[in-house]
Amino acid sequence: MVAVVSNSAGQSDDAGTVDMRTNSDAEVSTIWDLLDEVKDPEIPVLSLWDLGVLRNVEKSLDKIIITITPTYSGCPAMETMRQDIESILTRSGYPNYEIRTVLSPAWTTDWMSDEGKQKLEQFGIAPPGHTKAETQTVCCPRCRSEDTLLISEYGSTACKAMYQCSQCKEAFCYFKVI
Amino acid sequence: MPDNADNNLTLQYAVRLGDDALILGHRISEWCRNGPFLEEDIALSNSALDYIGRARMFYGYAAELSGGKKTEDDFAYLRDCREYQNLLISELPKGDFAWTMARQLIMDVYYLNFLSALSESVDPNLAAIAAKAVKETKYHLRRSTDWVLRLGDGTEESHARLQKAFDEIWGYIPEIFELDELEQQLVDKGVAVNTPELQARWQEEIRGILTEATIEMPEVSWTVRGGRSGYHTEHLGHLLSELQYMQRTYPGLQW
Ligand SMILES: [Zn+2]
Repeated sequence: MVAVVSNSAGQSDDAGTVDMRTNSDAEVSTIWDLLDEVKDPEIPVLSLWDLGVLRNVEKSLDKIIITITPTYSGCPAMETMRQDIESILTRSGYPNYEIRTVLSPAWTTDWMSDEGKQKLEQFGIAPPGHTKAETQTVCCPRCRSEDTLLISEYGSTACKAMYQCSQCKEAFCYFKVI
Repeated sequence: MPDNADNNLTLQYAVRLGDDALILGHRISEWCRNGPFLEEDIALSNSALDYIGRARMFYGYAAELSGGKKTEDDFAYLRDCREYQNLLISELPKGDFAWTMARQLIMDVYYLNFLSALSESVDPNLAAIAAKAVKETKYHLRRSTDWVLRLGDGTEESHARLQKAFDEIWGYIPEIFELDELEQQLVDKGVAVNTPELQARWQEEIRGILTEATIEMPEVSWTVRGGRSGYHTEHLGHLLSELQYMQRTYPGLQW
């Protein structure tokens, strides 16, 4: 992994999700659509854009530059996501590309798209609230009760915690606010 | 623009920060499949991944500074004990669960302060790594605080084990807050963290948690140091022989 500071896809922490997909270049716009096919291998309903990992797509003279940022420092899924990007670009006739990894600004769940949050909940994972929210309510994705109990700060992956619903008794994962 | 000499100092600094993270991460990973119960096993394994990811970021940056002469794997797998510069506290065996949690609390409070300070470094890459890692450390600290309170203010047995753990670790703490010549030079340039400045705050935060956990702050009557100059406890060699086994047996092996 290469540690680089972003200077292209700069979103500040406060900016929330700014849609950068308004680039008028047809090729770039096609690639945005293509990359929607690349999903988080652990949470296959979320695309890299939904997750906030895909930061930018741009065209230089001779290649396409894809900028991504890691979720958690040690997330083993990052390598798979990178390979999936490579494979879909090559398959779709874009052999000249470069994938850049930026660390700054650091990834936050505030970059997760609203659509992504809805998909998460339908998938059975309670979505994260906003980092700036005063209180974090963890709502049961099954019965929507707010009466839930933390079981463990970590779930099957670093990004999730385990909860149990006190109403319907279902155990579920919660995507942590970070 | 930084010249080559500066680059070399920063490279060495990045490598030792990587060493701290890799060695502690490896120790925590030893709990994988040995945790007291499933959720805790998973939680510790995930924290270990955070640390190993952090090590990769520091080593990756060091590799970049080496101008392509080294890779992150060279730093992790092809250096021997004397070349490792991690703090001794990171390499101590994991002990029992109370022992691990005592060390984690000490390190989590330290890292929260250290990484916040490093995120202000004039070196944008170190600052970026720190800003990312500090978010994960906040979760680590929540957990280690919770466990220290539960074990300290728990049963007679858990209290005794936790107190013993803090007593045993205490002499390894002074090293964390000392600067050697390398770090002093980088502190002067605004690159490295001035760790002695963090100690008072660390002490107060730890005191608060230990008091609530009914654990006594040990008195320092002995100290051990040497990690930053490559003098290690006998434990590091054993750890490295496990960590580096595959690369030493099959050089250049890739998954
Ligand atoms: Zn429910």
